[in-house]
Amino acid sequence: MNELQNKGGNGSRAGIEKQFAVRIANMNKWFGTFHVLRDINLTVHLGERIVICGPSGSGKSTLIRCINRLEEHQQGTILVEDIELSSDLKNIDLIRSEVGMVFQHFNLFPHLTVMENCTLAPIWVRKIPRHEAEETARHFLEKVKIPDQAQKFPGQLSGGQQQRVAIARALCMRPRIMLFDEPTSALDPEMIKEVLDTMIELAEEGMTMLCVTHEMGFARQVADRVIFMDEGQIVEENSPEEFFNNPRSSRSKLFLSQILGH
Amino acid sequence: MGQSGFVRKTMVPAAAPPMLEGTVIGWLRANLFNSWLNSALSVVFVTAVAYLLWQFIPWAFKSSWTANSLVECRQQIKAGFGEDVSGACWAVIRERYLQLIYGFYPADLYWRPNLTFVLMLIALAPVLFPTVSRKLLLFSCMYPFLGYWLLWGGSIWGVALVVAELALAFYLLSPLTARFGLLITIVGVVLATVLWWLFAVAPLQSLFHGILPLGLRAVPSNQFGGFTLSTIIGVTGIVASLPLGILWALGRRSDMLIVRSISVGFIELIRGVPLITLLFVASTLLNIFLPPGTSFDIILRVVIVVTLFSSGYVAEVIRGGLAALPVGQYEASDALGLDYWKSMRLVVLPQALKISIPGIVSSFIGLFKDTTLVSIIGLLDPLGLSNAIRADSAWNGIVWELYVFIAVMFFAFCFAMSRYSMHLERRLETGH
Repeated sequence: MNELQNKGGNGSRAGIEKQFAVRIANMNKWFGTFHVLRDINLTVHLGERIVICGPSGSGKSTLIRCINRLEEHQQGTILVEDIELSSDLKNIDLIRSEVGMVFQHFNLFPHLTVMENCTLAPIWVRKIPRHEAEETARHFLEKVKIPDQAQKFPGQLSGGQQQRVAIARALCMRPRIMLFDEPTSALDPEMIKEVLDTMIELAEEGMTMLCVTHEMGFARQVADRVIFMDEGQIVEENSPEEFFNNPRSSRSKLFLSQILGH
Repeated sequence: MGQSGFVRKTMVPAAAPPMLEGTVIGWLRANLFNSWLNSALSVVFVTAVAYLLWQFIPWAFKSSWTANSLVECRQQIKAGFGEDVSGACWAVIRERYLQLIYGFYPADLYWRPNLTFVLMLIALAPVLFPTVSRKLLLFSCMYPFLGYWLLWGGSIWGVALVVAELALAFYLLSPLTARFGLLITIVGVVLATVLWWLFAVAPLQSLFHGILPLGLRAVPSNQFGGFTLSTIIGVTGIVASLPLGILWALGRRSDMLIVRSISVGFIELIRGVPLITLLFVASTLLNIFLPPGTSFDIILRVVIVVTLFSSGYVAEVIRGGLAALPVGQYEASDALGLDYWKSMRLVVLPQALKISIPGIVSSFIGLFKDTTLVSIIGLLDPLGLSNAIRADSAWNGIVWELYVFIAVMFFAFCFAMSRYSMHLERRLETGH
């Protein structure tokens, strides 16, 4: 149970010398002429859980997609575990294999079974022998509570099950950082809980997580920090307690009243 | 007031379907006579088919199989079936079917095309059907060389030297890539292969052949013809144009400007020029550009042109499949750290090719039928042979019988491809 903690190195030396997971400094990004991310500064330590929220179009997804270079930033620096993201393809592949990502629409590979989805990258990127990769996959599929669906295709599973497979697939690479891009937004209400439970369990084991989500209950329960974004900038950064009970910026007050008010 | 709202007290059990469901009459009513328009169309269609069969069947069966010329045919049919009957003269097929199949291939060597054909089926089996042992794939890789040697004959050493060089290149590919990088390695290997073929194979072959003469009787290309020729051009074109088409399609979607420009230029050039023009280029113009004295086999030239032509079309079909794939698939494979080629091979292409199967197979069927165009540049494919047969005074004026036979043979081949593609689509269906 403690394997992730030990690997992160956070448990042993917590509080004394924190290791950086992600450091973003003065980062700017444009889509064409549209200034989508403006002067982003963000530091995440290993073992931290960050929830990023904000109105739609505020650049939250773009921000975490910059961390594994699904989007390219034009100014500033992004360091992931002290490796700088530049156009160097080797660094990009290295970072991508250390950073797991879970998408809003799952993005499982429909032509592969659940087991093959989970073993593909370990076998081809990490060069792990097949039987070992399958063992790891079984371990994580059990962890996300779908051990008996390994031979099915993603299309035969429910949305919640697919998203849990997607989490298992990312975990099979034994990443040190996990990015979640609105993981529950495409799910039916009764399936949201099973995915959130999996994420909470992961958070409790000490995984470094950056989650873009509108699940405020989840944010309250697991987040170390909540980051509120609007118009491409970080508007407020606070502990969940403070953020929900005592939001300071007018934009976050408005946002909270809109999503909590109904 | 307590009457508003509704609560079901007993659940409705499942019941049997209405009477006619699942019977013949029910099916007819649902599919052929479900409206006035549909009923009218059904009647017209059935009448038309009946009329055609009523015309065709007597023609096909009140026929002659034994005559030695068209005149004799007509006499036999008149004698056998009555004065005003016009029946088919299948005798021409009986007399010439070997020629339609083998062209002018020496009759005592027919076993070689036959064996090549059987081996082709064996070589294709592991590619087409996953249940066949994977070990056969090694044979599939060797088959092109074996098939070439069986058909054209000649010294075994030529083929052996080519295979040896390719095997060495394949064996050295990964250490060389590790040392020099992918691009330099590929360019180097291709260059070495071309130089080897051009300058080393011929002298070494005669040297080895002098020491140990092993080989089959050589059959020159001008003796090839009939369905053998169609199959050689068609199958080689199909097998070679798929990987080439994939590369063009990937090139056209590449981020690299030069690669993209070359791909777009090639594809648009190929699609903008009729195949016949390219075949003429292959048959005449190429000889002008090549140094005098070089003999570049005409069948080889045609195969190259047909392959390039088909690959342009296949590329566009595959590009459609690549574009149809949700962008999330590319992102997910990127996010897992797969590099470009792995992501293409393991994630993108399996899905894109699956989407493109109907289009790809249509291109292949088109290619196979287009092989009949080679008759225009003087190769004796079945259509070319039908002209040659008509030029014989005994069969002067015979048309339908030859065309029906050729059509049936082509249909069998193309229909098989079409059925296989449907089978493949069902097999790859994973329920999403």
